[in-house]
Amino acid sequence: MKNKPVPEKWTVTFIVSRQKGQGKRHFEQFNLEVDPEEYVLDGIERIWAFHDRSLTFRHACHHSTCGACGMLVNGVEKLTCITPIRSVTKDSGTLRVEPLRNFPVVSDLAVDMASFYLNLEKAQFSQVAPIQNASLPFEDQSMEGDLERLVDCIECGMCVSACPAAHTSSGYLGPGALAAFQHSLNQKNDPRLYDLVDCHDGPWRCHNAFECSAVCPSNVDPAWRIMNLRRKIVSHRLRRLFKRREAAKP
Amino acid sequence: MPDRPHAIIIGAGFTGCATAHDLALRGFDVSVVERGEIASGTSGRTHGLLHSGGRYCVTDPEAGVECIEENIILRKIAKQCIEFNGGLFIALDESDLAYGEAFVEGAQACHIPIEQIKPAEALRLEPNLNPRLLTAFSVPDGAFDPLRLALAFAATARKNGARFFTYQDVTGLALDGKGNVSGVEVWDRAADQRRTLHGDMVVNATGAWAEKIAVMARVNVPVKPTPGVMVAYDRRLVQRVINRLCEPADGDIVLPQRRMVVVGTTSFEVSDVDYIPVVSEQVRMMYERAIQLVPAVAQAKMRGAYMSARPLIGTSIEGRSLSRTFRCYDHLEQGVEGLVTITGGKATTCRAMAEKTADLVCEKLGIQAACTTKEVVLDSYRNYYIP
Repeated sequence: MKNKPVPEKWTVTFIVSRQKGQGKRHFEQFNLEVDPEEYVLDGIERIWAFHDRSLTFRHACHHSTCGACGMLVNGVEKLTCITPIRSVTKDSGTLRVEPLRNFPVVSDLAVDMASFYLNLEKAQFSQVAPIQNASLPFEDQSMEGDLERLVDCIECGMCVSACPAAHTSSGYLGPGALAAFQHSLNQKNDPRLYDLVDCHDGPWRCHNAFECSAVCPSNVDPAWRIMNLRRKIVSHRLRRLFKRREAAKP
Repeated sequence: MPDRPHAIIIGAGFTGCATAHDLALRGFDVSVVERGEIASGTSGRTHGLLHSGGRYCVTDPEAGVECIEENIILRKIAKQCIEFNGGLFIALDESDLAYGEAFVEGAQACHIPIEQIKPAEALRLEPNLNPRLLTAFSVPDGAFDPLRLALAFAATARKNGARFFTYQDVTGLALDGKGNVSGVEVWDRAADQRRTLHGDMVVNATGAWAEKIAVMARVNVPVKPTPGVMVAYDRRLVQRVINRLCEPADGDIVLPQRRMVVVGTTSFEVSDVDYIPVVSEQVRMMYERAIQLVPAVAQAKMRGAYMSARPLIGTSIEGRSLSRTFRCYDHLEQGVEGLVTITGGKATTCRAMAEKTADLVCEKLGIQAACTTKEVVLDSYRNYYIP
């Protein structure tokens, strides 16, 4: 990409999921001439700009920091702003774009993220953290000083979309929020967080499929965090049990 | 409360969301109409730089002063989405050093706290800087998450009663028969329905698109859409914002953002802002400029490249030299009542833009209400989604 030659031109058929109001979902095709280095989101934006102004989709930062543009691309969760067209199709190929799974569809490619965002809020998970605490705990954290940074999770919801257990209960917190609880406990170890998260719809509903970590575009590793959260909860329960016994002693 | 004045804001970027927040606090009934979602236009695609004003203190002191004032306020009210590690201006050659003198004077005049740092100390703070740097100045720059900053304003506005209508295109303005604006005609793209929304005042907060709305009322706004490219690389090579100590130029800022660095930007002009292609020559130029400031960018992988159209207040001069300050227009001066336009400015100054717009709206409607947004800490951005 750095020594980019004259742009190649591909013809790609975008097969886009469409749905308005209470109407039936269907697919619509758009043939686009693209540079294969362009991102999938560029193609979708061009469909809106030049082919069909009624197309709705979520997007904001276009460089993987906001998490708005997660979609299914050829059946797999992708953050479309950083997914080069070259990586998901070929010249004269097709590109099937659908809204994320396990979320209510607002219209076309746009989904309603409300419950997901509000579950993350329950975890009291802060987007800006001391730099030593912003990444996974087993990563190098040798930064000195009181620096801070925006954490890895961009709240794109792709982990929930990929999760095979997400539909087993409407109340399931889901991988993103559970990862947020784990991260939050690392940030402040507030015992009240255990009361919120240690429930049927908490980390015990996870089936260990690890799909969330497979699709996460941002190094959060939700599956590892859920496993670690279980460990934290068990040790918290044991500590509480022994404290109670200690207190009950004559 | 039916007797509350109803303000309709077009556009839910930084300015629209901040204006909704301001007017809601002043007791207005507020509706925001946005054709995409929150921050789907220029706002979402900003560099993410919380300006100290250092970038403008020599060439554009008005914008420099606005930036440092708002920088301090945003750090207080929007801490939730700003990483504040400061920034450095670094000199790499003799002409940068010469500019340094004007920079020191400009920063003092704009009241931007700066401190000169020896090259060895700068390299201790930021080991990935170009080791040939000649001098450095520290400035109070920061980096923010664009979507979450806009959402935080919107969340607080919603808590205070504002309504947000997303995926709703403004297709025309409702006129009262005398040419005055009385509302907006809306196409709900999510439900494919059309309706008219009536209000006491319409605020055009569409930034680079301001002219497109203004012509619907047969007035105009001298806005010059001036896009620039930004390129993200997949390693967080610096913890502070790195600026080249020179006049504003192409690719003079490297900004940390989560695990990335983002290099920007360029400046050129377009007439249509609905779709701006990423020009590969400009992407390459960003790379070449970035490796002068932070050579390790050469070992990083490109993660994304994107374009964003600044809404500069246009006259006949070239985009790069246009001021980054903002203007609020009362279209009564062009004979149309009921419509004001706010455009220009930077993400950093969005709260001040909102304050000025809300002041004008209050003045026009004869309402006495003071601005309180300097003090009100914004609600969690996630609360925007409370049903």
